[in-house]
Amino acid sequence: MKVLIPTPLRTYTGAHCVAGSGTTLAEVLADLEARFPGIRFRMIDEQDRMRPHVRFFINGRAVHDLAVRLDDTDELAIVQALSGG
Amino acid sequence: MPGDTATSTTLVPLILVATRKGAWLVRGDAGRSRWRLDGPHFLGHIVSHLMLDPRDGRTLLAAAKTGHLGPTVFRSMDLGATWREAARPPAFAKRADGKGRAVDHTFWLTPGHPSEPGCWYAGTSPQGLFRSEDGGDTWVPFSSINDDPDYLRWMGTVQDGTPDGPKLHSILVDPRDPAHLYFGMSGGGVHESRNAGKTFAPLLNGLEVVEGFDVADPTFHDPHCLRLSPADPDRLYQQNHCGIYRLDRPGDTWVRIGRTMPPEVGDIGFPMVVHPRDPDRAWVFPMDGQTVWPRTSPDGKPAVYGTRDAGATWQRLDAGLPREQAWWTVKRQAMSADALDPVGLYFGTTSGELWMSADEGGSWTCVARHLPEIYAVEVAQRSAEAGG
Repeated sequence: MKVLIPTPLRTYTGAHCVAGSGTTLAEVLADLEARFPGIRFRMIDEQDRMRPHVRFFINGRAVHDLAVRLDDTDELAIVQALSGG
Repeated sequence: MPGDTATSTTLVPLILVATRKGAWLVRGDAGRSRWRLDGPHFLGHIVSHLMLDPRDGRTLLAAAKTGHLGPTVFRSMDLGATWREAARPPAFAKRADGKGRAVDHTFWLTPGHPSEPGCWYAGTSPQGLFRSEDGGDTWVPFSSINDDPDYLRWMGTVQDGTPDGPKLHSILVDPRDPAHLYFGMSGGGVHESRNAGKTFAPLLNGLEVVEGFDVADPTFHDPHCLRLSPADPDRLYQQNHCGIYRLDRPGDTWVRIGRTMPPEVGDIGFPMVVHPRDPDRAWVFPMDGQTVWPRTSPDGKPAVYGTRDAGATWQRLDAGLPREQAWWTVKRQAMSADALDPVGLYFGTTSGELWMSADEGGSWTCVARHLPEIYAVEVAQRSAEAGG
């Protein structure tokens, strides 16, 4: 599936869009971690909670659960929180 | 030849500056009069601490996060020429009930004992203690305090911490004994281990707390900065939320030496620095801790205060600093001393200025202005011929 990477995480991927695989958001993030070591911990803490200012959207819909299911036709957008400051 | 010997031992200072928006290395000459800024490194990262490993003189660790992303540690094996991210940054153990704590940022870095190359300690916000045995690449929870019920109670909640989050800081390693450790928690008090961290115990006798609270409960203690005298490791100094203290071991009672500070200045502040060769000499940077805690220089007139007699008397050291309308202050890890002779003192301000004194506080020079808010200043001495 297509995974959109926010600018703060492109030092890991080197690209704004990468391919990801997995049947859940947790699996997709594990796939990204395997290829881009360190990226997951910047988004997900050690208790498997999403970090307060990192958001996940599947096909434009915000999701808050790592167990949410995806398929290969979905588009995952990882964004930093839209607030300023 | 004598000249050759002198050349081979010429030492120059390297200032390590961590800021809210990145890190800088500031290289000085032998006269400590010319400075060259190298940076920013990690522009935009909140860098809480940048530390050189004195055991190899080349390894740097930087504790970093960004406003949006989680924390990490960056490592350089070549004095900042290149950086790599730690494979496993400090992180608490996962709890099955989902109520476990998460590291918001690594706040403090301490190289381990010289007999333990590659060993480092880290303190985090919220309070946690971590150790690496591979030069900072992988970190694991250290000791039992991160999950100990008493320590968890003493640490309190995020609401009990400072506005920037509760901290574990001032990790000290006794240079005579790698098993003898100290640390401070804001809040949570001062703690000591004599068994390589297997257990820690509070070290609070003599310390005061905010009026009306139980002085016997570590929860209410707020050490801002602990320092151990390199010349006499049995002597500790402390800048606390409630005054300046000294402790001479094997005694276990802190003495409030800040009572001799001028009353109009007081003895509240964050950083404290100890002379590398004279255990009776130390410096502090007082701040305004009245009313709502402005955390500015008292009356807008910044000054370092130094003691030459272990706190019996203090001297105001402000030559060269702004005389008025300077409302910055210095954070707890943003003041440091080199080991040259005379000792050089260095501090970074909340307004992004880096100041130094090449004569032990006798006069001050601004090394850099317009940096981001400075969180930490460390200084190392390097051979002038070492490069880097």
